Amino acid sequence: MHGSDRRFDIEEKKKLDPSNWVEKYADYLYSYAAVKLYDDELARDLVQETFLAALEAQKGFNGLSSEKTWLTAILKYKIADVYRSRSSGLRNNAQRAAPEQEEDFFDHDNGHWNSGHDPADFFCEQPDILQDNEFQAILQACMKKLPALWLSVFTMKHVDEEPSESICKAMGLSSSNFWVIIHRAKVNLRSCLQKNWI
Amino acid sequence: MEMEILSERELEKIAYNCKKATMLIEKQQIERISAMEKFELELHLKGCLACIIYMKQSILINEMVRNFFRRHHPDIKLDEGFKKLLKIRIEEHLRQS
Repeated sequence: MHGSDRRFDIEEKKKLDPSNWVEKYADYLYSYAAVKLYDDELARDLVQETFLAALEAQKGFNGLSSEKTWLTAILKYKIADVYRSRSSGLRNNAQRAAPEQEEDFFDHDNGHWNSGHDPADFFCEQPDILQDNEFQAILQACMKKLPALWLSVFTMKHVDEEPSESICKAMGLSSSNFWVIIHRAKVNLRSCLQKNWI
Repeated sequence: MEMEILSERELEKIAYNCKKATMLIEKQQIERISAMEKFELELHLKGCLACIIYMKQSILINEMVRNFFRRHHPDIKLDEGFKKLLKIRIEEHLRQS
């Protein structure tokens, strides 16, 4: 393949070891996809497709990122494909769900908090809330109540820290749609936490 | 300086508009906001305790969601049968090439 003079060069870079992929990364990739897709079976298929695509693309691995990062990047492309094919339907759902939810929180004319919706200081002063199991369960329930598209956009931004432009591209969103979703997701999530925790 | 450009009516609008202020709070956590937006937000927060609380909680919620996903990821596991099949397919592929 390469001349012997390249050998040391290559050894310093990271190498692929496909025979250990399943043990090392299958669960991680599966949970990564399942959380994002809300579809365990599809997530399973995408893990398989990711490994097969990776086997075909081994020559393209430049050794600069870790094996895990490289495999995750391939999976992300596959997830984005799914979103793209779903996105028109999801966008419609988001738009349908939007008007009532919006009017609930803010005054239609001046944008002020409607009474009963203004934030109360219910958890700011409790730093140990992150360790509280009951609160974690409420957080999970509140996240589940969000429309799938909103939660996907929210986690892609705040958990995976992906650039906004690539999220918009993957989800087929305009920049203003993106901001509306980021805002609504947070307002809804915060309100749900307040309602259920007090 | 900006204060002079805005009429009293516009200032009042900013003071009332929690929807806009919370949007700017979200935007600010992700990217830089313009000087005008920053001014609007600061002006609004001077008079709005609810949005000050919102801002603190908004930052905390991001942290909580991040922690939640990092902690809960390992809980979901692929079933062992499927993993075995995957392994066989990969080994077959490696033998062929």
